[in-house]
Amino acid sequence: MNSSNYLYAAYAATWLIHGFYISVLIRRYFRLRGRISGQTKR
Amino acid sequence: MKRVFPILAVLTALLLAYGFYEAMWVAPTERTMGDVQRIFYYHVPSAWTGFCLFFTNLLASIVYLIWKNPKADALAVSSAEVGVVFCTIVLVTGPIWARPVWGIWWTWDVRLTSTLVLWLIYVSYLVLRRFSDSSQTPVLAAVLAIFGALDVPLVYFSIWFFRTQHPQPVIGGGGSLDPRMLRVFLLNLFTFSCFGAMLCWARYRLEWMQREVDEAEALESLLGTESVSLRDTQVKIAAGKNPRHP
Repeated sequence: MNSSNYLYAAYAATWLIHGFYISVLIRRYFRLRGRISGQTKR
Repeated sequence: MKRVFPILAVLTALLLAYGFYEAMWVAPTERTMGDVQRIFYYHVPSAWTGFCLFFTNLLASIVYLIWKNPKADALAVSSAEVGVVFCTIVLVTGPIWARPVWGIWWTWDVRLTSTLVLWLIYVSYLVLRRFSDSSQTPVLAAVLAIFGALDVPLVYFSIWFFRTQHPQPVIGGGGSLDPRMLRVFLLNLFTFSCFGAMLCWARYRLEWMQREVDEAEALESLLGTESVSLRDTQVKIAAGKNPRHP
């Protein structure tokens, strides 16, 4: 395997992990927003 | 504050893009390792940011143990979670770098093993926070965080005190770095620190919001049939009134 491929793999892994974590935070935020709007409707 | 966050987030994103460009195309290619050495510009700043977040977790845990401040507890859980993300990146990019350079993905030397132990300690901290319902959970987690933080200096100084496969630190360890490489490294160090701080801030806001919603729902269920909206409850709590006796 070309050494550049390891470089691309490392950078891709870094951004995949960050992207996944940011998506988890966004999902949690919208779930909370849903709970808040459910509360205010009651 | 609500306006500052998006502005800082955009600035951090721009910095990250610039840091990526500098690391990939501007920094000179290392003579012996070639292009794979550029992993250094992500691996080391991620480790640094993870350590800073675990240190934040330590301070917040101590503050919580002394003053029982719920904001310190929220900061502790937020910094630990974001720290685990950065530590995961260190543990993933390290073996990817090691394979072409050392010829192996992993070796059980002190630096690598202590980093894995550090990651496991903070993952267990998060598992404790997630699945324990006891009112003593924040206290237990704060104590675990203090023990976990003891591993951070062991990870950092392991390459000074033990013979390891891992290279010596480039700064302050007798090594030398090309000034152009140093500039790109410091840029990415700053950029990742800002990114870590932004993620921790976002996670902290989310944690605090979650606690307020949980509290409001608990109060509402206590009140039974009486309808109390979340906003009303929050206003009453903020005013120091007991929502059960308005």
